Amino acid sequence: MTDSFKLKVNGREQAVSVSPDTPLLYVLMNELALRGPRFGCGLAQCGSCSVLVDGVEVRACVTPVSNVAGKAVTTLEGLPALYAEQKRLPQPPALHPLSQAFVDQQAPQCGYCFNGMTIKAAELLAQNPKPTEAQIRSHMDGHICRCGTYPLILKAIQLASIRMAGDVR
Amino acid sequence: MTVISTDTGFSRRDMLKGGGALIVGFNLAGIPGAALAARGDVAGPPDPNAIDTWIAVHADNTATVYFGKCELGQGNTTGMLQIAAEELDFSMSQISAARLDTNVTPNQGATSSSSSIERGGPQLRAAAAEARRALLQRASLRLGVQINSLVVNDGVVSVEGEGDFRSVKYGDLLGDKPFNVKFTGAAPLKPANRYKLVGARVARVDLPGKMSGRYELVHHLRAPGMLHGRVVLPRGQRAFGAGAKPLSIDENSIKHIPTARVIRKGDFVGVVAEQEWDAVKAAQALKVTWQDAPELPGNANLFTQMRGQKTIDTVIANRGDIAKGFAGTAHERSSAYFCPYQGHLPFGPNCALADVRPDGAVVRSSTQDVYNARAMLARVLNMPADKVRVQYYEGSGTFGRSCYEDAAQAAAIMSQAIGRPVRVQYMRWDEHGWDNYGPAHLAEVRAAVDAHGKLVAYEYHGWQHGWTVTSTILDIALQKPGVERASGSASITVNPMSTGSMYIVPNRRVISHAVPMEGYLRGAALRSPLDLSFAFASEQTIDELAYALKMDPFEFRRRNIGDKRWLGVLEAAANAASWKPRVMASSLSSDEVVRGRGIGLGTHHVSYGAAVADIEVNRRTGAIVATHLYGALDCGLAVNPALVETQIIGQMIQSVSRVLKEEVLFDQRGVTSLDWNSYPVLRFAEHPAVTPIVVQRIDEPATGAGEEVMGATVAAIANAFFDATGVRLRQYPMTPERVRAALAART
Repeated sequence: MTDSFKLKVNGREQAVSVSPDTPLLYVLMNELALRGPRFGCGLAQCGSCSVLVDGVEVRACVTPVSNVAGKAVTTLEGLPALYAEQKRLPQPPALHPLSQAFVDQQAPQCGYCFNGMTIKAAELLAQNPKPTEAQIRSHMDGHICRCGTYPLILKAIQLASIRMAGDVR
Repeated sequence: MTVISTDTGFSRRDMLKGGGALIVGFNLAGIPGAALAARGDVAGPPDPNAIDTWIAVHADNTATVYFGKCELGQGNTTGMLQIAAEELDFSMSQISAARLDTNVTPNQGATSSSSSIERGGPQLRAAAAEARRALLQRASLRLGVQINSLVVNDGVVSVEGEGDFRSVKYGDLLGDKPFNVKFTGAAPLKPANRYKLVGARVARVDLPGKMSGRYELVHHLRAPGMLHGRVVLPRGQRAFGAGAKPLSIDENSIKHIPTARVIRKGDFVGVVAEQEWDAVKAAQALKVTWQDAPELPGNANLFTQMRGQKTIDTVIANRGDIAKGFAGTAHERSSAYFCPYQGHLPFGPNCALADVRPDGAVVRSSTQDVYNARAMLARVLNMPADKVRVQYYEGSGTFGRSCYEDAAQAAAIMSQAIGRPVRVQYMRWDEHGWDNYGPAHLAEVRAAVDAHGKLVAYEYHGWQHGWTVTSTILDIALQKPGVERASGSASITVNPMSTGSMYIVPNRRVISHAVPMEGYLRGAALRSPLDLSFAFASEQTIDELAYALKMDPFEFRRRNIGDKRWLGVLEAAANAASWKPRVMASSLSSDEVVRGRGIGLGTHHVSYGAAVADIEVNRRTGAIVATHLYGALDCGLAVNPALVETQIIGQMIQSVSRVLKEEVLFDQRGVTSLDWNSYPVLRFAEHPAVTPIVVQRIDEPATGAGEEVMGATVAAIANAFFDATGVRLRQYPMTPERVRAALAART
């Protein structure tokens, strides 16, 4: 029933033995003890489980682990290092500029959705460093926040966009 | 693969001893001397009349405070720490909060009704003041000067005017030893004009950890030897009172899933497995035949059935003479309003971890009330309450009583049955389908004005059923019928504050018609319980009278308000929105997309809320988009105005979602809203800009700030719809279908 998979998560090769249909989310949470991706719906409707796979946001709750073998998986925890790599910084910042902007805007309430919000916004800013408000709204639309923090998330993404433009490339 | 140890269970030693494991963000170096080692060893609540229950001062000149109100994402912990640090004269970095724990923290009641700062705050403040006085008495002896010549900064006591020459740290005066001081409540409090932290925009202490992914939520907890559990329930709850009775269970249906096992207790059915994915699959695959339940009214017959039901009626407010009041008025308006069941639906479904052994249980849960959770778990486990320990770990925003007690009880039942720790997380369909919903509401409102534009009569009749006392899992495990909260002050009735109380009305009557919950859906308090419904009905009626008088609705309200604080928020919201006096619906357009602006008032219990809403209505598709909201809140002393602002934003966005989108769908068999597609909520792309306004009143007591702008927001949006279209919508959510139908009915 179980197979062995070599995963590359946050830059580290990791081997796990699980059944191949196991969604990536459960492997990240239980086998690798990561706290970024979390369960929200199991239906790819809400975005709480999001991770980057080769830089593209995917819903870990419906992605079988067998689909990501050999691909680079980045979770919330790995975003600072990924950012340092993208920007050729000497070392990763303590927080990704998006996470820092969320703190500076005091954006989260419970914070549960912010894993997905951060992952999705990081994907956006890597593709489009200076998005318009309309582009942000459209890009983030698949991610739900139940606490009602959307306006502050929007502001924080705009703030991070400005700050990231100033970082050495 | 996880190795399963046969020596299972939480490390009970670590859990039970006082100290680092229990303390949020606490420096391990500063931990407990002999006095604190006992903290947590015995079942609480600890004696509220001892200062040591509330505050511990450590040798490294830091403090831990122990209070009974939990962080729900509202910034509660930060606000409570501000209050304690202010009275103690510590800085924020020197003070931290203990995890809520029935063996450790005092019982301050549930974290509900936006009461933490309002009712929990003063108690903590008084305790901190008393601790400060005790510390100053010691400092006075140590330094050989009178107390009144001592000053404190950042936990350092010095002689006024002598700088650091003669000083002593709190930590050196007490350093992890107990105060042994009685909490008399008589210590003098710091006057408001000397506040440094209270009233300041202090950053939330929990956000850096939450943003980095380090913060430990209840969902993150794992224990050695733990099994993953899932509940097995019919998809979507049936009539309240019917429970969920399995007639047969085919255990062969999950034989193909390794390690999966069925657990039963009474009518409770659950599954456990070593791997979480196996538990998920087993819960879906298990074939259960459920006994039929009595028919529900379904959405189609809901309001007819409620209106025709025999009810228990209570006069909530009665002033003047209603019959005389309505005689010979200039304008009278009356209508019925229809308001849906709505769900709490935390974004992360509820989760709990339980370790139940013959000699005691430890349950980690995101309950809003650890002591009530303990009492219910004791019943389910048939154990004395003092053998059950409940520790609070934050979940995702719950907005009232979602299924957190159910998740905790399910985990405990399964752990007890199998003798290993069990972690249960609800699936999305469990949380949506078995929520304790905010009850539906039917209103009949009538109000009248005289020719001078003065309100002269107001009558509100409201129908709704009540709230559950018990929980789904407890009911089915013990095979008891669910219990509805008996009528009385703790039950949900029409809130007089939200139904015309803001106006001077010589003749006013408010009557609550309590519908029995049996045969409906299970209800419980949902953020600002029914205030959205009350405001939707009441404030549209008020707006209609302004329209009948051809009067600006802001001006009409201003003239009829009898309280400066209501006036304050009304004017604050209108000013922020640059309100221009005008009669509603006086510039109707035949464009496809039309714009409207509305205003409304509302509250929950004590604070004051006002809102202005700008919306767009697509007359062809029926879609409503809120574009900009302005919300003003007077909650007396705002301990942290930045936190109140984010509460206003959150309330207003959630209110848009609730008034435009949210409705629990159900048919005769049961609930059919089981996910975010069948229960849509407001999406990112649709969200309005929000301008929050805190009306700071530093000399007034701090009152609730987590619910009080919601009713006003809903009212402002409903009134803006009339302004845009000239049509009243008397049912929400204001979905495209309802909008199209209302517009078509007019032409």
